[in-house]
Amino acid sequence: MSKMCETDIDGIVERYRGQPGCLIHALVEIQHENHWLPRDVLHKLAKALQVPFAQVMQIASFYKTFSLTPKGRHEVHVCTGMTCHLRGAPKLLARVEELTGLKPGETDTESRFTLATGACLGSCSIGPELIVDGKHYGRMTPDKAEDVLKRYA
Amino acid sequence: MARLQSAVELDELRAKILASRDPARPCIAVCAGAACDGMDSAAVAAAFLAAVDEHRLAGKLEVRTTGCHGYCEKGPNVVVTPGDICYFEVQPADVPDIVAATLKGEVVERLVYQDPVTGAKAVHMDEVPFYKHQTRLLIGDNPKIDPMRIDDYLAVGGYAALVKALTEMSPEQVLGEVKKANLRGRGGGGFPAGSKWETTRNAPDKTKYVIVNGHEGESAAFMDRAMLTGNPHKVLEGLIIGAYAIGAQRGFMYTRHDMPLLTKHVRAALAQAEEYGFLGEDILGSGFDFEVELHFDVGIFVSGESSALMRSIEGNAPEPRPKYIRTSVSGIWDKPSNLNNVETWANVPQIISRGAEWFTRMGSEGSKGTKLISLSGHVVNSGVVEVPMGTPLRTLVFDIGGGVRDGKALKAIHFGGAMGGSIPAQLIDARLDFDEMSKLGAPIGAGGLLLMDEDTDMIEVARYLLDFLVNESCGKCVPCREGMPQMRHILTNLTEGKGKPGDLERLEDLAEVTGLSSLCALGKTSADPLKSMFRYFKPELESRIPAGSEGK
Amino acid sequence: MNDTSVVILQIDGREVKASAGTTVLQAAQKAGIHIPTLCHHEKLEAFGGCRLCMVEVQARGRTSYVVSCLYPVENDIVVRTRSEKVDKIRRVLVEELMAHAPDAPELVKLAEEFGADRDRFEREASFCVVCGLCVRYCNEVKQKNAVGFIANGALREISFVPELAKNECWQCQECFALCPTSYAQAAYLLTEALAFPGQRKAPIHGAQAPERVRRVIPINPVAAAA
Repeated sequence: MSKMCETDIDGIVERYRGQPGCLIHALVEIQHENHWLPRDVLHKLAKALQVPFAQVMQIASFYKTFSLTPKGRHEVHVCTGMTCHLRGAPKLLARVEELTGLKPGETDTESRFTLATGACLGSCSIGPELIVDGKHYGRMTPDKAEDVLKRYA
Repeated sequence: MARLQSAVELDELRAKILASRDPARPCIAVCAGAACDGMDSAAVAAAFLAAVDEHRLAGKLEVRTTGCHGYCEKGPNVVVTPGDICYFEVQPADVPDIVAATLKGEVVERLVYQDPVTGAKAVHMDEVPFYKHQTRLLIGDNPKIDPMRIDDYLAVGGYAALVKALTEMSPEQVLGEVKKANLRGRGGGGFPAGSKWETTRNAPDKTKYVIVNGHEGESAAFMDRAMLTGNPHKVLEGLIIGAYAIGAQRGFMYTRHDMPLLTKHVRAALAQAEEYGFLGEDILGSGFDFEVELHFDVGIFVSGESSALMRSIEGNAPEPRPKYIRTSVSGIWDKPSNLNNVETWANVPQIISRGAEWFTRMGSEGSKGTKLISLSGHVVNSGVVEVPMGTPLRTLVFDIGGGVRDGKALKAIHFGGAMGGSIPAQLIDARLDFDEMSKLGAPIGAGGLLLMDEDTDMIEVARYLLDFLVNESCGKCVPCREGMPQMRHILTNLTEGKGKPGDLERLEDLAEVTGLSSLCALGKTSADPLKSMFRYFKPELESRIPAGSEGK
Repeated sequence: MNDTSVVILQIDGREVKASAGTTVLQAAQKAGIHIPTLCHHEKLEAFGGCRLCMVEVQARGRTSYVVSCLYPVENDIVVRTRSEKVDKIRRVLVEELMAHAPDAPELVKLAEEFGADRDRFEREASFCVVCGLCVRYCNEVKQKNAVGFIANGALREISFVPELAKNECWQCQECFALCPTSYAQAAYLLTEALAFPGQRKAPIHGAQAPERVRRVIPINPVAAAA
């Protein structure tokens, strides 16, 4: 996962200078590129967009998409929507937690994986699902999880 | 492509498009809906394109990537025209056979539908049981349209309704037609759209906004995304017609950030609509100006609530506003804002084209038209289906859904996700009707229908749904922020065999107070699934409390 | 809104006259009718978060339950500030809040009035009832935004911004007295200890306290379990 250099982030901040209504747009772009929101960047945004820092912080901490800590190289997502739940997602999640040593929201010390849950992604028919870096692994069973995770260094 | 300046120019363009398309020429439509995409339908599409290249079939065989066909369970889906031949569970390795057969006008027998019990085959779409029992007015066009090509939408008659509205009808007449049709909101509220439009139209402020709520946070509902990803122009056309009727100058499409294909298709649709002149100034020479912006959620369910969504578009945290201030009077930046669901907007073009009278002939007394339903859970055939309102649930569950998987018995049917309710299997003859289902305690909501089999622990389901909502609460008001975790805590104890005396009474109090005093619909309806458990599955609840110790 | 026009409504059987554009809470308070509140403050925009001020309203043939701090007065509405349902709502909400701050004087008083049981629900000793008084005061009155909300739902907390709190808070302290549970001062002190120990800016002589002052409750040592 490539990190943005400071100039790219500054570019995004500049584009939204003086537009408090675009705070969320700016945060989404930075999160998308940088995969997390460093505190000093939030301060820069607050100043440039003329939004109190406390409000930037509220929004950055409110939404699950934003990460205030650096994420791992691979995002491992276990869907916990209702259909996946009924079709066995809890057992799958337990196995993935066991294999990665992580609870949802956590990143391991080698920054290999970040584990996430939630958000029904609309592909209920192939649940339960494991989604790694956006790639879907449908109709998963706990015993298939290890093979999938092995593919990601 | 020069901007179309009039209805006449559009007619000419449409005629030209149709003339260039030979209906006899075979076309292979590969579904790229969420589930099919998740099963790598992209590889199937790529294989077809490679085959066309390799055998120099350009001009003889068309390959089209489309939005969701609906039969998600059996994807990757491929439909071949002419003839609407349906192939299921197609893999790249099947491509050479399909190409060869199609060119010869033959069928690949091993890939067509086979009845799981009798083995009887069905080749054409109108023979396949899943499709046969549906009325696919909204989603039926999906296999014919590549969402990246506006010409495909024009080829099936797209934007003709907009022309009719702008050139033959006044805004008041358009509004009148939608009111007469009794189009009720498809996002969960079931509120008459025409009334909402009228309130917005009559609000004193001249600046008005219209919004498409494409958030679809309801768990197990995936029909809005199927509609918006597969046929964004239909939704957009409805929005433009609505803006004309209401007197809005700006529109917002609000959708999810986590679906790249959806984003790509909607952006392309907006750009192409702008290019062709369906958006912008003086649309088709009518004097009507209208622009649309695309906004994304940031991953929280409450931002699907209309006033919270508007806060989010403004750039604020999505905290809902109490409904004493109606958003149709004071919404985004305090301007009158009319918000409707994706499916609601998608209904508008056909109401204008074919008339309110035609629309009201479908459906039941109080619920008109068709409804998109996401069938899932322990169902055999999961997918996106469309049936007339008033259809008995039995038809959805057995004729279309194929019943419960693994030969198990049906225990319950759940509607409305975390804000809905479950009804027992005995009520299978209830009809898909806003008011009837509401009275039963399982409101249709956005239309996510889940089947639960005989092994389902209903208490655990109630606990799971509350858990979902606890994570999605904004935290502003006490009953939701505090009441829901307390309900979840008690239900967790019940599922773990740690029930205590007084638990049911505590649950009932929490359910009542949270329902009465929460600020927005999330908190207000959070206890509804639990209430339906009390109503229909009370013995199961009671069995978790140590015997003889109920009452505190 | 025509401020001089008068609205006539009924509250608890009494005819009450109010200015158009005001809320049911304002009308009741002016008429000397008591409605409990927690997150409400005259200097701040009505929040509608605690829901304790809920009342029953009959209007246009329908009964509904609304927060009086936000509900606008209207002609001919019938308001009841006490009823079986209203009282139940208040009782259960107080019980929910006491799971976090069982000793807060305002909550103890409400518990007595509405028969709330401080032990009814699972305890979580966070002390903060997320009324937002500190955050809103700092934002709307002081306009410093030195304290804000973070996270959502049950995880929502107040959070002092160390970079700002360092220079602003000790000179002001006005939100401490507003806090119904004394959590605000504790949160500030914890932030100071962790983020800028010994570096707070000294107070200006004569710092003003807000009009409505609550007693600041010291946290009493808990007696050892028997």
